[in-house]
Amino acid sequence: MVSKIAIGAILVVVVVAIGCYILLASQPQQPVQITAGGASFPYPVITKWASEYNKLYSHIEISYQSVGSGGGQNNLFAKTFDFAGSDAPLTNAQLANYTVVHIPETIGGVVVTYNLPGMNATIKMTANVIAQIFQGNITKWNDAAIASLNPSLTMPDADIVVVRRSDSSGTTFVFTSYLANASSLWALGSGTSVNWPVGLGGSGNSGVASLVQQTPYSIGYVEYFYAKNNNLPSASVRNQNGEFVEASLASIAEAARQGTPLLTSDVRAAIVNMPGSGVYPISAFTYLLVFKDLSYMTQAEATAIVNFIWWAIHDGQSYTEALYYPGLPSEIVSLGEGMLRQITYNGVAILG
Amino acid sequence: MRMVSRKNKDRVARWLSLAITVLAIIPLLWIICSVVVNGISAINLEFITGVPAPYGESGGGIANAIFGTLIINAMASIFGIPVGILTGMYLSEYATKGKFSSAIRTSVESFSGVPSIIFGIFAFTIIVTNVRHYTALAAAFALGIMMIPIVAKATEESMRVVSDDMREAAIALGVPKWVRTVKIVLGVARGGVITGSLLAFARISGETAPLLFTALFSFYWPTGIDQPMATLQVLIYNFALSGYQERVLQAWGASLLLVMLVVAINIVVKIVTRQKYKEGI
Amino acid sequence: MQGKKSSSHYNRQDAVFKYLLISASLLVVGLFAALFLMLIRGSLPSILGNGLGFLTGTTWDPINGIYGALPAILTTIVTSLLAVGIAIPVALGIAIFFTEYAPVKAKFPLTVFIDLLAAIPSVIFGIWGLWIIAPLIKTYVQQPLVTSIGFIPIFGGPAYGISLSLASLILAIMVIPIIASLAIELLSRTPITLKEGMISLGATKWESVMRVGLPFARMGVIAAVMLGLGRALGETMAITMVIGNSYMWPFANPSIFAPATSITSKIASEFYEATSAIYAGSLIELALTLLIITLATNVAFRYIINKTNKEAKR
Repeated sequence: MVSKIAIGAILVVVVVAIGCYILLASQPQQPVQITAGGASFPYPVITKWASEYNKLYSHIEISYQSVGSGGGQNNLFAKTFDFAGSDAPLTNAQLANYTVVHIPETIGGVVVTYNLPGMNATIKMTANVIAQIFQGNITKWNDAAIASLNPSLTMPDADIVVVRRSDSSGTTFVFTSYLANASSLWALGSGTSVNWPVGLGGSGNSGVASLVQQTPYSIGYVEYFYAKNNNLPSASVRNQNGEFVEASLASIAEAARQGTPLLTSDVRAAIVNMPGSGVYPISAFTYLLVFKDLSYMTQAEATAIVNFIWWAIHDGQSYTEALYYPGLPSEIVSLGEGMLRQITYNGVAILG
Repeated sequence: MRMVSRKNKDRVARWLSLAITVLAIIPLLWIICSVVVNGISAINLEFITGVPAPYGESGGGIANAIFGTLIINAMASIFGIPVGILTGMYLSEYATKGKFSSAIRTSVESFSGVPSIIFGIFAFTIIVTNVRHYTALAAAFALGIMMIPIVAKATEESMRVVSDDMREAAIALGVPKWVRTVKIVLGVARGGVITGSLLAFARISGETAPLLFTALFSFYWPTGIDQPMATLQVLIYNFALSGYQERVLQAWGASLLLVMLVVAINIVVKIVTRQKYKEGI
Repeated sequence: MQGKKSSSHYNRQDAVFKYLLISASLLVVGLFAALFLMLIRGSLPSILGNGLGFLTGTTWDPINGIYGALPAILTTIVTSLLAVGIAIPVALGIAIFFTEYAPVKAKFPLTVFIDLLAAIPSVIFGIWGLWIIAPLIKTYVQQPLVTSIGFIPIFGGPAYGISLSLASLILAIMVIPIIASLAIELLSRTPITLKEGMISLGATKWESVMRVGLPFARMGVIAAVMLGLGRALGETMAITMVIGNSYMWPFANPSIFAPATSITSKIASEFYEATSAIYAGSLIELALTLLIITLATNVAFRYIINKTNKEAKR
């Protein structure tokens, strides 16, 4: 008796699943599905765009997976992702093998966030102190180097728990590029993953934020949004002008404004540690990567991708500030337009 | 005197083993309580019927993931259960002492010991890299292989215990072997086969590792089995590590649904087997 | 005439049926062979490129093309052994309670509990370990130990919470039901005559378990341990969420409170991004290594079980 019920239950599940599938598959307009992924740094913005774009064009479904910039690049090269997000631009060697265009789609800051129970004030940091903490040279919160920057605060006598990325990450690339640029004490070089001597590894910006959230006395680095959205504090960092600046829409936008001339000569230029007043020094443009020749996919898919990115760098910009990403400067938008015009399908430019 | 100390020892052993048992039950209760307490507050109509909201926005649901898990499980079952039953029948009724049979037995038994993430790599390598697309089909393939040894073993064992008298009686009546095997032996062993299939279904419902590199994830309703597809398991993993409180809560809500699914299947199995046990008496 | 025709008809049906079964079985063998070949082929770039240094190297630095798997292999083995070490006494306690002392009415609920614990998806152990157990264990277990006996390197600080020891604990909870249910089955097999003989000679239940039950089931209990070990070695999701994904253990930091990386968590967190052939090959070689370790425990498990089954029949 019961076994019959069980058979019945399985059959019902199978039939319902197949039935619903057939129903969905017979929708009037065939959906265009775009699988993309990569950097977790712009993930909040891109998922927001995808959702808004889907409201405008309901048959276009763009799914972006936050697998890290390295994962994004790798899947783009393998053509398992239709486009990728990456905070780290491609190297010359990679560009020699893969003809890919970079479209800067938004700007963000990497913040140094921490979990200090009972601490409400913002901690001040310099590149040297950050470098020493993440290299394991400074191991206590009440170390003289930290205390002297924050004379008004009582730092706890606790071990520092370092949290960094375990995956290949553009956020790590931005963070380590900044340290390599701004601190003579930084010895680990820069890249999407470096050989960390200490620390817990979190997967994605979200993984690092999770670990910092639930580990007292920890310190980590995440994109500004992830700290803001989780009410995690972020340290103010000394910039080239000697000011201690907290990440904010204004201070990141200022870094982008200072860095714009660099990008117009090479789209892949880094904008960490920019000179100028009010600049948040750990800021970066993040890129969407697309093959220049999209003939390997269907024309509908290729067109959808190009139109979506065009929309993102224009209308899409109105959604970014609510997510703590400043809007793109107009020079960078026209730079992106130029990149998009280069993309072809069967030899014909998609934007014509 | 000595007798008393021995009795005491026995008493100590009784209480100690009871204490250990209680100790082992605590984590189970704790997990279930955590899942229920955290999960229940996430569950509302939108959660059950909607698709995930963009990251950082509140609201949204997990209906596409529930549905994705059911579709992938159904596809895996369509592949895994028949192959498992046929292999189990072979092992029970046709296997000899030869090399061929022992190769089959070794493969089935070894499969049950293979870490699930390796099936994920397997499906990724032979399907995803060839079609150049993450697809639900690859996930179903990986999970289907995982079902085979469980179903095959359950089929073989429950057919083995069918008494030879039945087979002999059928032979005496001139019933051909395949009818004997399917109608009589499998008929008697039916309960065991169903139990095994249900347990296999429950087992794959909880597997996450094989889905990571195959079904990936999606924010939309499934529209094709050749596309990436959201599943409850991957959703729990992604959302639990999203570092965003509301999503973590939704991960708990999804965990509650997944535990309910798996536990319900196990309870059905328990009732089936217990009934059989009673009938046996 | 009629009879002969139908019997040859049956013979044909029988043959078709037999070939159907054989082809299903062949499919299983083929899949297993394909799995093995795929892993070997996939790891060729690493086997050729990294050589034996892969198994003994302690650095994993894809940017500079250095792939050493020893820390991941050691972590996998050590977490699994620790987990099984914690699980054995608990599982045996449950089995002894169940077979000797539990009132008949309690037996059914108890098996339900054990089976449910075995059925909970590993990703849920992960979310529970990450969000509920890790902060507690950092504050109330690891921090006091680090402060008091932290001078011993394997208990050294800082207390991370997320760590090798947390992963072992979660794994232990996951393998307890597996070992316990097999141990219950084996202890229940103790011949009643032997047990009753002991009891009638005035032995207590405890003595009958220790003198007859456990020695009788000795090999079986070893098999149960192997089974638990096999499960622990291949576990992925729960481990990935609570182990901390750091390559420092055991060479840079030998503390069991330090984060580590197991073979499975390495694969889960890096498989997407393995850009070069040798990088992907190294991860697949890790998978191959894991498969060989788990199959070895699996073979040992079956060898012991077969042996005990034969003894039980005698």
